[in-house]
Amino acid sequence: MRAESVAYTGQSLPRVEDAALLSGRGRFIDDLGVRPGTLEAAILRSPHAHADILSIDTSAALALPGVVAVVTGRDLAALTLPMVAGLKVNVENWPMAVERVRYVGEPVAIVVAQTRYLAEDALDAIAVDYAPKPALLDPVASIEPGAALLHDTSGGNLVSDRRFSYGDPEGAFAAAERVFEITVRYPRNTGAPMETFGIVADYDPHEGVYDILANFQGPFSIHTVLARTLKVPGNRLRMRMPPDSGGSFGVKQGVAPYAALIAVAARIAGRPVKWIEDRLEHLVGAVAATNRVTTLRAAVTAEGRITALDFDQIEDCGAYPRAPEPATLYRMHGNMTGAYDIANVAIRNRVALTNKAPTGLVRGFGGPQVYFALERLVQSIAVGLGRDPLDVIHRNLIPAGAFPYRTATGALYDSGDFPAAVETAAGAGRYAELAARRDKARAEGRRYGIGLAAVVEPSVSNMGYITAVLTPQERAKAGPKNGAQASATVSIDPTGTVSVTTASTPQGQGHRTVLAQVVADVFGLAPSDVRVICELDTGKDAWSIASGNYSSRFAAAVAGAAHMAATRLRDRLARVAAAQFQAQAGDISFADGKIVAVGGASAPFARISALSHWSPGVLPEGVEQTIRETAFWTPPELTAPDAADLVNSSLCHGFIFDMCGVEVDEVSGAVRIDRYVTMHDCGRVLHPGMVEGQIRGAFAQALGASFFEELAYAEDGAFLTGTFADYLLPTATEVPDLDILHLETPSPFTPLGAKGVGEGNCMSTPVCIANAVADALGVADITLPLTPARVAALVERPEPAPPEGAGATAKPAGRPGDRTLRGEGSAFVPAPREQVWATLLDADALASIIPGCHGVKKLSPTHFTADVTLGIGPVKGRYKADVMLSDLDAPNAATLSGNVSGALGTGGGAGRVTLTEAEGGTRVAYVYEAAVGGKVAAIGGRLLDGAAKAIIGQFFAALARRAAPDRAGLFARLLGMLTGGHK
Amino acid sequence: MPRLSATALHDVRFTLNGRPARVAAEPRLLATDALRHGLGLTGTHVGCEHGVCGACTILIDGVPARACLTLAVQFEGRDVRTVEGLAPSPDRLSVLQEAFRRHHALHCGFCTAGILMSVDAFLKTTPDPDEHLVREVVGGHLCRCTGYSAIVAAVLDAAAILRGDGSNV
Ligand code: FES
Ligand code: FES
Repeated sequence: MRAESVAYTGQSLPRVEDAALLSGRGRFIDDLGVRPGTLEAAILRSPHAHADILSIDTSAALALPGVVAVVTGRDLAALTLPMVAGLKVNVENWPMAVERVRYVGEPVAIVVAQTRYLAEDALDAIAVDYAPKPALLDPVASIEPGAALLHDTSGGNLVSDRRFSYGDPEGAFAAAERVFEITVRYPRNTGAPMETFGIVADYDPHEGVYDILANFQGPFSIHTVLARTLKVPGNRLRMRMPPDSGGSFGVKQGVAPYAALIAVAARIAGRPVKWIEDRLEHLVGAVAATNRVTTLRAAVTAEGRITALDFDQIEDCGAYPRAPEPATLYRMHGNMTGAYDIANVAIRNRVALTNKAPTGLVRGFGGPQVYFALERLVQSIAVGLGRDPLDVIHRNLIPAGAFPYRTATGALYDSGDFPAAVETAAGAGRYAELAARRDKARAEGRRYGIGLAAVVEPSVSNMGYITAVLTPQERAKAGPKNGAQASATVSIDPTGTVSVTTASTPQGQGHRTVLAQVVADVFGLAPSDVRVICELDTGKDAWSIASGNYSSRFAAAVAGAAHMAATRLRDRLARVAAAQFQAQAGDISFADGKIVAVGGASAPFARISALSHWSPGVLPEGVEQTIRETAFWTPPELTAPDAADLVNSSLCHGFIFDMCGVEVDEVSGAVRIDRYVTMHDCGRVLHPGMVEGQIRGAFAQALGASFFEELAYAEDGAFLTGTFADYLLPTATEVPDLDILHLETPSPFTPLGAKGVGEGNCMSTPVCIANAVADALGVADITLPLTPARVAALVERPEPAPPEGAGATAKPAGRPGDRTLRGEGSAFVPAPREQVWATLLDADALASIIPGCHGVKKLSPTHFTADVTLGIGPVKGRYKADVMLSDLDAPNAATLSGNVSGALGTGGGAGRVTLTEAEGGTRVAYVYEAAVGGKVAAIGGRLLDGAAKAIIGQFFAALARRAAPDRAGLFARLLGMLTGGHK
Repeated sequence: MPRLSATALHDVRFTLNGRPARVAAEPRLLATDALRHGLGLTGTHVGCEHGVCGACTILIDGVPARACLTLAVQFEGRDVRTVEGLAPSPDRLSVLQEAFRRHHALHCGFCTAGILMSVDAFLKTTPDPDEHLVREVVGGHLCRCTGYSAIVAAVLDAAAILRGDGSNV
């Protein structure tokens, strides 16, 4: 066999995926038809961050037209087992609340109905009685001894606490000339793919088989988790993926718990059930990246050489440690020292549970959290030593000749030349130009800063790294776990054409194009001759637990497996051709759609390739069929964590060096990116256009993380960012241009020399920008996202001394995300004061004047309940209101307090109403303060103030009509007054 | 428009990509659901259902509209265009679509239909836009994959070709 000619791999060919997607012929999950009779599901979610479920009454919902079933947590528990986690902890990990809700948005019941519209109607009719409990939002507070427990059986909210020591960190710190320390809080954000989760599930009661079509991305280790949860053997759980998936960025791993829910709903309903997640559901409950509190210390020489690192990481995994967590905390374990040669490392890793949504895979997966601390610290070291940060980076980089390089924590870095990459990026005058721009801006009194970040981007993760959460003894008991198996199948049909399938689940990256390129080169065909199908079916395809699309595995592992399968088939074809041509196999080559022997004999590819089908008898002795070849590839380097806790967490390690200049507007707090340079070494580049696309896409996401994105919660656990108007993604007007540079050091560990590239900027860019803003403002403490308000607050201003004695009484400044409603106002009612008073205390009268009221019950003279329908922005729903009157001072004043609850949210508050006599009537004045939670807070938040005013306005308008029904034309007058009466 | 009954199905007639179309719709049926599930035109995508992401953008009487904020009954008598109507024939792409392919202006393609519809309308009124204007228009859409640069380049390239001074076809 002669060397293959590489005609297509490495070129930016047009993508085979594009024409269908551009003309509206994509086949995303919600574009595929379903079997007649398929029902649709809608999910009722908890409005409380933490509450016991006292009762769920589904009878009214079941009575509605079109409703087939309502599934509660207890129904689920009867048919399933809790989902297993990566931790040994006594916590029941249900995909739907059984007896207690632990985060806002947690599924509580599923309605299955003929249409989604009818299913959503029925959600409103489910009555759930909750007994709220205090919510724990902060991971540091939640692991304090004595904190209330999320799970009564867990023995604490601290569910994992491991210490690691490599080299001699104590000695290094004792000997250190300087010690630097930084504490950072990395926020919660998410990948927010444009397509949400979708599932169509069916259950065959005779064969006991669940068939689940979902836009799941893997890892398919979760198939095992799901099979166990659904209580079926693996071969009775068939999972299929649609041909197209609208982005994932890790997040679609989180489809798994919903797959269990919809599967059970289909079993109970006795019909296939489809569920398409909506955006609010996605933001409130799909998958969040972990927020993390890290304290990082470095032992440093006077010249800036780091001799030891000491990490203390507290990871917030939300309410349940859901598989594969706490993987976010361990994915970086081998590369905790980043791009630096540091021999001594101490790590303490703690996992906290809080009343927030469970976490999971999000692009970057642990990298942003680690590098934010590490690279902020490197900058602080430079500032503290009065050195240029570039100099500190250079001093600590792993030297060029050191590869493959074993890190202190156990990773084996495959290839790289970090100093050359940094020099290339900073060279050609680029760094000098940034410095000149900074000097000029500063000379003009503007706030300009430079940020740098050097980052190692791991890819092709070792399935075994997660077991580092166990002690070596526990691991020994459980047996070793390791590897990163990838699989691909290449087949030849009777017309002699080539098809490829892989156990990858692309979400838009263009894998079909790259696989066609790689396989076409092996066979000397054109990529258009090769047909690639990527939709995985666990019932028929070759796959393993590491299958799926995560950890940037595609280029390094999956494309390599396809290359292996194609090469094996080609080598057999060469022997078949040699027999036909009476030549030696070594003299056969494949090019331009032909199979050619040295000496001139040749045949079209298909003539030889189809022989195995048509005349298997002509295959030479000892040559197997050339119809189909499946290759499984796993790198031997990925061994299990060892007894010394050395963890080779990933196979490939790319390198990124980022450099940027930003200008901060002191008044508005806006940050403008003046220049951004990103240098990548991702090994061999298979498709430059796609690599650039991955870099730009990751950069844009990282920009979102830097400036806009946070899954925000109020102190009571209410979720505040349920729409794209609250959780802001960057748009074309915010993403600046980017200088992309490359250095290629091929990985010796992967079949094609490629490494992953898709996640790097999510790791490097947030901290690079933070470093630049820190430099611009001369501040040390930077927390993301750098919203204008937050940046403006960082701008150093002479602080006004607090006035004497004011400290104790000063109102706390409104926290960001605080959506307490406060208001006051007054209205004129043209009726005598006694009459107004009587109306306010009369249940029937109240029923007619409370906006949207369906009836008031008077439980006692001062206690009412009411059923009301309120619309706030896009969210209209029915609520139960419970109102108490107190501090009655007839007919002058009363305090109203109470709360409302409904499927869409909860609220509570109090207000004082005072009545004073006025010319021709009564002036009713009020002040109120209320807090809201649940769906209304998450998606109507920005509209709440206006809505509250409008509702109060309606209330007083109705009061005026009721108290003085014979006065015409007052409505308009009254409204005028109301508008004027509000502050 | 006739008075609608909340529970009745209404026969909505309109023009869809140049051809007469009708769909039976309850008044609350969203235009996205009518197009996608009623008429089988699944190219119009739903990314948020609250008017922000722009994935659902279609043209109603030539003007871009968020289909997720439109009711199907509002189609009555209108001229509606969707991504399925952009290409000159089933096996060809329009100039704009071709430019997107050349520039790798899509990854997953979930956002793409909406962007194509907005840009298609925009280039009709603004044949010679500068980058800033293009960014403003594309800025009405969310794309989580591409980082936008390739989209902007594709639009500028398509505009040049449509004006006749393009060099890339
Ligand atoms: S789906 Fe209509 S704007 Fe997002
Ligand atoms: S290409 Fe995936 S969202 Fe735009």
